Amino acid sequence: MTLAPNSTTKKEVAVAALKNVATIPGVKKPDPIVIADNVVRKFGGLTAVDVEHVEIQRGAITALIGPNGAGKTTFFNLLTGFDKPDSGNWTFNGTALAGVAPHKVARLGMVRTFQLTKALFRLSVLDNMRLGARHQKGEGILRALIPTLWKAQENQITKQAMELLTRFKLDAKADDFAAALSGGQRKLLEMARALMVEPELVMLDEPMAGVNPALTQSLLGHIKDLREQGMTVLFVEHDMDMVRDISDWVIVMAQGKVVAEGPPESVMSNPAVIDAYLGAHHDQTLEEGEN
Amino acid sequence: MDWTFIFQQSISSAVGVNAIIFALAAIGLNMHFGYTGLLNFGQAGFLAVGAYTVAVLVVNFDVSVWIAFLAGIFAAILLALLLGVPTLRLRADYLAIVTIATAEIIRQVARSVTLREYFGGSDGITGKFGADFFAINPFPAGLDLPLLRYTPNDLWVVVVGWGLVVIFVFFTYLMMRSPWGRVIKAIREDEEAVRSLGKNVYLYKMQSLVLGGVVGAFAGFVYAISRQSVQPDNYSTALTFFAYAVLILGGAARVLGPVVGAVIFWFLLVFIEQTLRGLVNIDKIPDWLMNQNQVGQVRFMLVGLGLMLLMIYRPQGIFGDKKELALDARA
Repeated sequence: MTLAPNSTTKKEVAVAALKNVATIPGVKKPDPIVIADNVVRKFGGLTAVDVEHVEIQRGAITALIGPNGAGKTTFFNLLTGFDKPDSGNWTFNGTALAGVAPHKVARLGMVRTFQLTKALFRLSVLDNMRLGARHQKGEGILRALIPTLWKAQENQITKQAMELLTRFKLDAKADDFAAALSGGQRKLLEMARALMVEPELVMLDEPMAGVNPALTQSLLGHIKDLREQGMTVLFVEHDMDMVRDISDWVIVMAQGKVVAEGPPESVMSNPAVIDAYLGAHHDQTLEEGEN
Repeated sequence: MDWTFIFQQSISSAVGVNAIIFALAAIGLNMHFGYTGLLNFGQAGFLAVGAYTVAVLVVNFDVSVWIAFLAGIFAAILLALLLGVPTLRLRADYLAIVTIATAEIIRQVARSVTLREYFGGSDGITGKFGADFFAINPFPAGLDLPLLRYTPNDLWVVVVGWGLVVIFVFFTYLMMRSPWGRVIKAIREDEEAVRSLGKNVYLYKMQSLVLGGVVGAFAGFVYAISRQSVQPDNYSTALTFFAYAVLILGGAARVLGPVVGAVIFWFLLVFIEQTLRGLVNIDKIPDWLMNQNQVGQVRFMLVGLGLMLLMIYRPQGIFGDKKELALDARA
């Protein structure tokens, strides 16, 4: 992407906007796209998610980190309607989303990917992409029978899909079954497919898990691109180096709660974060811990 | 052995009424199972509803057979909605359980003593309810070729039946190359992914269930009209599983799979039966091994063996794509 010499990148805009935001859990953001309040999800006796208040800044890349079992994926599922909370409210662009079906959430512009990639194996890579496009005339049961009603739109969608595939370097695989792709390529496909929906907020659940280092670099580039194109990104990740590299803001969850927030450079040294990852008494000797 | 007779019987059956019934039933199942991934184990119920609606309305209420056909389509749509509303939001196995149970409930209600007045109990309904249909038969002479022999009524049913098969095959072809078909196939692969892309999965599964069910009702029409009678025990679970056998034999998720499957299935069934009968008659098969009465059971054993071999050596069916199946196994 080429920029005029004196223009600012979207990254600089995002960093500037978040500059004066306090680094306390649940802090208010200047321009939130998602606001969640008191979202609680219990599995039997276990409280998987108990988020009092959290806001996601528009136009920024926000990382959601935390140790295993912190409730990150469950929180993802709740926000996108794939799971139902015991209580809580949240809004996307001001629209209340509690109780809204997942496909309607996606249509509003909040599109997610999955931790275990869901490539549609016995569909071609191109068909995987085309499926993502919204408002398809040929998806209606009656219009489907009359190709003249949807052929023009289908060509348009195919063109858009091929452009995205080229960007993600999957264009050579367009006619292969999605099952023939490698694990990393499936991650790329899933991200590209989500973009076909033309979302405002892209939610990526562990986009880098199981991807080889070379492909990781290209994935990171693509995620940064999303921000430059004006999208908001929220992603779950374990690898701290990657989080540091691409995120503008980091939200840390532990045991279902948001325990810390802040820019990536400072949040890693936050005592609450170290406690969450290593245990509250990690710097004590065994004797001290017992006392 | 009279090979001409054996081939005549086998070929007449392979392109005859039974093959048409099973081809239609399997085209419906192909929509459900092959393309959408819906485990409908109650296809027999859709056939029963189609067949009984026509028989009951014409015989008991003196309705025109054409209006009865329309009512049968309507009844199949209702049945699909009844099955789909509570189950399609749940995991796939719920639909399987509910459909197999519903098909049995339909059969048991049809053969119940209490409702004998309407459905004829276990004897079913026999009568000239196809009279209006046969009245417009343009083939008064029937067909008598060396390898193909039909009575006038059978010939008319066969011609109309294959017409229906062609229409529904073409319909499936059109639907499956449209964006609608893309959503349907994607649901078979992973419905959560389809939801995450903003598609109303529930609505699409319901549409698929209705479409496949209506094709099943047409199979029921052919069943009822060709025999001029409906009997409850013809619509048992065995019918559903034979339809699955036909579908898998031909290749699921292939437009022509159900048709090829039905033709081969009925050719083999009759060919094996007639050959065994011939061999028993001329004592090539001794009486202690098999007698005339056992031929009917043995043919199913042999067809079953054939299906097992097919599953082992060509699991994708005759028309299926081996590559697709291999990919599936890797996933």
